[in-house]
Amino acid sequence: MSGATAIGLALALPLVAALVTVVLGRWPNVRESATLIVAGALFLVVLSLLPGVMAGERPALVLFSILPGLAIAFRVEPLGMLFAMVASGLWIVTTCYSIGYMRAHHEEHQTRYYACFAVAIFGAVGAALAGNMLTLFVFYEVLTISTYPLVAHHGTEKARAGARTYLAILLTTSIGMLLLAVAWTWKIAGTLDFVPGGILAGKADDAVIGVLLLLYAFGTGKAALMPFHRWLPAAMVAPTPVSALLHAVAVVKAGVFTVMKVVVYIFGIDLLRTTGLSVWLMYVAGATILIASLIAMTKDNLKARLAYSTISQLSYIVLGAALANSWGVIGGSMHIAMHAFGKITLFFCAGAIYVATHKTEISDMRGIGRTMPFTTLAFMIGALSVIGLPPMGGSWSKWYLTLGAVDADQLVLVAILMISSLLNIAYLMPIPVRGFFSAPPEGSEQRGIKEAPLFCVVPLWFTAAGCLVLFFFADDVYRLLAPLAQP
Amino acid sequence: MIEYHLPILQILVPLVAAPICVLLRRAALAQGFSIAVCWTTFAMSIALLLRVAEVGTISYDLGGWPAPWGIVYRVDLLSAFILLFVSGIGAIVITYAPRSLASEIPREKRYLFCTTYLLCLTGLLGIAITGDLFNLFVFLEISSLSSYALISLGKSRRALPAAFQYLVMGTIGATFILIGIGLMYMLTGTLNMADMAVRIRAEEGLRAALVAFAFLSVGISLKMALFPLHAWLPNAYAYAPSVVTAFLAATATKVSVYILLRFVFTVFGVEFAFEDMSLDAVLGPLALAGIFVASTVAIFQRDIKRMLAYSSVAQIGYIVLGISFASVTGLTGGIVHLFNHAMIKGGLFMAMGCIALRLGSVEIDDMRGVGRRMPLTMSAWALGGLGLIGMPVTVGFVSKWYLISAALEIGWWPVAVLVLLSSLLALVYVWRVVEVAYFQQPSERAAEAREAPLAMLIPTWVLIGATVVFGLWTSLSVGVARRAAQLLLGAP
Repeated sequence: MSGATAIGLALALPLVAALVTVVLGRWPNVRESATLIVAGALFLVVLSLLPGVMAGERPALVLFSILPGLAIAFRVEPLGMLFAMVASGLWIVTTCYSIGYMRAHHEEHQTRYYACFAVAIFGAVGAALAGNMLTLFVFYEVLTISTYPLVAHHGTEKARAGARTYLAILLTTSIGMLLLAVAWTWKIAGTLDFVPGGILAGKADDAVIGVLLLLYAFGTGKAALMPFHRWLPAAMVAPTPVSALLHAVAVVKAGVFTVMKVVVYIFGIDLLRTTGLSVWLMYVAGATILIASLIAMTKDNLKARLAYSTISQLSYIVLGAALANSWGVIGGSMHIAMHAFGKITLFFCAGAIYVATHKTEISDMRGIGRTMPFTTLAFMIGALSVIGLPPMGGSWSKWYLTLGAVDADQLVLVAILMISSLLNIAYLMPIPVRGFFSAPPEGSEQRGIKEAPLFCVVPLWFTAAGCLVLFFFADDVYRLLAPLAQP
Repeated sequence: MIEYHLPILQILVPLVAAPICVLLRRAALAQGFSIAVCWTTFAMSIALLLRVAEVGTISYDLGGWPAPWGIVYRVDLLSAFILLFVSGIGAIVITYAPRSLASEIPREKRYLFCTTYLLCLTGLLGIAITGDLFNLFVFLEISSLSSYALISLGKSRRALPAAFQYLVMGTIGATFILIGIGLMYMLTGTLNMADMAVRIRAEEGLRAALVAFAFLSVGISLKMALFPLHAWLPNAYAYAPSVVTAFLAATATKVSVYILLRFVFTVFGVEFAFEDMSLDAVLGPLALAGIFVASTVAIFQRDIKRMLAYSSVAQIGYIVLGISFASVTGLTGGIVHLFNHAMIKGGLFMAMGCIALRLGSVEIDDMRGVGRRMPLTMSAWALGGLGLIGMPVTVGFVSKWYLISAALEIGWWPVAVLVLLSSLLALVYVWRVVEVAYFQQPSERAAEAREAPLAMLIPTWVLIGATVVFGLWTSLSVGVARRAAQLLLGAP
C-alpha cells in the first residue's frame, strides 16, 4: 500500500464507521461490531505508515485546493504519526470500553453517540496527518463540532450548560485568535505548509512573531492553557468514555499537538530559541501546571480532579514546545503518548467505579480496593505513569522535559516540574492507597469482589499495561521523534 | 441564432411566462409551468456565463438600435455571475414551492403567486443584465412591486403592514435612485452606462454629480437594507410566505448590491467614489456597525425567521465591508459572499419552511426537540448555520477568509479582529437553535411532527449541499468573483 493510499484510507475509514453506525443503528450488536472492525482496520492502516516514516519517508496526499494556493493536503511526519497512532489505537480500546459502559448504564441515543465518536476520530486523524496549517485548522474545527453532541449527550440542563461552555470557549479562541493567526501567517509567509525549520524566519520582525505566538498559543483553546481552560472541567458532564478518549486523548492532544506542530514547523525552534520570544509561554505553562495541580487537590469529584490534572499535564507539553530546544520538543511530544495512556487508564477506572458502585466522589471511595481490586490496581499504575515514576512510560517524558528546562537554563521551571510531580502524588495516590488500606465507609457491608463488566475492566487493564510497556519501548518513540529536533 | 439572442431571451422568457400563468389559472398547471420556465431560465444563464467566460463581455442591442441611442444589454462576468445564482435559486425555490404553498396560500390564489414570482424574477434578472440606467430603474420597479405583492400573500395578518412598510421604504429608495439617475441624465445627456462613465469622468468637479452620487448611494442602501436603513427587512421576511422569504432573502438584496457595484465602479469609477467622495469611510463603519447591531438583535429573537432576517442584515454588512476595501481581495470577498450567502440563507429559510409546514410555527419554543422528529430538515439547518458562523468546509469560511485577508493586506488588523469576533455572535444565535432542537424534550407541536416531504427536502438539501461543495471547491465561485473584481477595478 502506497503512502498516499494509506492516508486516504485512514481518513475514509472513520467516516465509513460513522455511516455504518447510522445505517445499522437498529441492531446494536452489529453496529458495535462494525465500529470495532473499522477501528481495527484504521489502526492497521495507520501502523502501515510507521516503517516508512521511521525510515525518513514523508508520505503525502493533496486532495484539492480550497483557496488558491491553499490545498487540503496531508503529509505524515513523526509528530503526526505518533498522534495518529495514539488516537486510532486508543479508539479500539475505547470502543470496547464504551460497549461495557453504555450498556451497563442503559444510555440513550447510542447510535448518535457512536457516529459522533467516529467523526471525532476522523477529526483527530485528519489533524494528525495534516500537511498545512489550513488543513489542521479545518480538522481542528471538525473535532470541536463533532464532540459537542457527545458532551451534551445526556440532554439535561447541566449537560447542556457544560456543552455550551465547551463550545463557546473552544470556538471563541479558535475563531477569534487561531484563525486570525493562520490568516496572518499566510499573509506574511505566503504559505501555510509545515516545513522543518519553520516558515516565518526572516519574514517578519520580532514583535509580529511574538504576537503570532500569543495568538497561536491561546487560540488553540484545546491546549487548555490558563485562562482558557474552563471548558475542560465543564466537558466532564459527558459520559465517561467520552471524557476518556476525547478529553484525555483526542481533543486535548489535538490542542497540544497543534501548539507543538506550530512551534516546530511554522516558527521553527531555532527562531524561538534565538529570539527568546517564547519565554513568556514557558512561564504561562509553568503557572498552569502549578495552579491546575493545586485546584485538582481541592476537588472531591473524581472526574473533576482528573480534569484539572489533565490541564496541568497538557501544559507540560506546551512547556516542552516553549522551551524550543531538542530535549523540550522531544519530551513534550513523547508526553503526548505517555500521558494519553496514563490518563485514559485513570478515566476508565473512574467510569468503572461509577458503573459498578455509582460513586463519583473520592471521599466515598475508601475501601474501594476490596470490592474492585483490579480496577484500583490499574488506577495505581495509571497514576504512577502520570506522576512520572519508573517503571511507567510517563517517567521518560518528564525526564526529557527536565533536561530541556536545564538546557534552557530555566531553573525555576525545573523546580516547577519537581513540585508538580509532588503535587501529582498528593492528589492521585491517596485514591488507590485509601482504596486498599482504609476501611469502607460504614453501612456498606459488601463482601467479595464486585467489578464492573468485563468490557470495562479488560480495556482499562490493557491501557495500564500500555503504560508499563511504554517504559521499555521509549527508545523507539525517541527514535521516531528524533527528526523533530533536527531542522 | 439562439445563442446570439440569449441575453434578451433570459428576460423575455420569464416575462412572457408570467401572464401565461394567469391564463392557465389552475394551480397545478401554473406551478408546473413556472417550474419549467425557471429551469429554462437557469439553463440559459449557465449558457450565458459559459459564453462570457469564453468570449468576454457581450453587448446586445435591443431591437437592433445601437447604443447609446437604443437600450443595450451588457453581460460581463459580474452580470453573468449574478444571473446565474439568481436564476438558479429562483429555479430551486419554485421547485420547492408547491408543497410549501399548499399550507400557506389558498389554492385559487396560487396562479397569482406564480405570476408575481416570475415577474419578480424577471425584474431581478433584468437589473443584472441591462446596460441602460433607466431600464435598470424599470426593472427595479418590476421586481419591487412584485415583491410587495408576494410578501402580502403571507398567512399572518401582519404580512399586510409588513408589505406596506416595505412598499413605503422601497418607494423612497426607488425615488432616490430615480432622482439620482435623473441628475446624471441631466449632466451627461445619456442613459447608457458605458457612455455615461466616459462623459462623467471627462467633466470634473460638478456639484450635480456629487448630489446624484449621494442620492443614489442612499437609495441603493435602502434597497439593500444596509444598516441603519434596514427597518423594512425583518418584518417583511418574517411575515412573508416561507417560499417568498427564501427567494427574496437569497436574491433581492443581493441584486441591490449589484446595483451599488455597477454605479460605484462602472459608472462613477473608483477614483471618484473612494477618493473624492470617500465612500469607504461611510460604508466601512456602517457595515461593521450593521454586522454587530443586527447580529446582537438576532440573538434575542424568538421568531426564528425573524432571527434569520436580522442575520441577513448582518451578512449584507460583510458584503458591503468587502466592497469598502476597494481592493481586489476585498471585492472578491464581497462578491463571493453575495453568492455564498444567497445559498446559505436560501437553504436556511427553506428549512424554516419545512419546519413551518410541520409545526405550524417558527417560534423557538415550539422548535424544542424538533431535531429528533425532523432529522433531515434540522441537520440541513445546522449545516447552514455553520455556514453563517463561517466554519471551515462551508462557504462561509471562504468569504470570511477573503475579508480577513483583505483587511490584513492593507494593515487594518482591528477590522480583521472585528470580523472574527462578529462570527462569535453568529455562533450564539445559531447555536441556541441547534441546542434547543437537539437537546431538549420535544414541545407539544414537535412531538406530533414528522419529517418534511421529499419535495421540499430535496431542494433544501440541494442548496445546503451546495454550501459545502462550494466551500471545498472554490475555483468557480472565487475564480469568477476574482476576475469580476479585477474587471470592476480596471486592474489587469
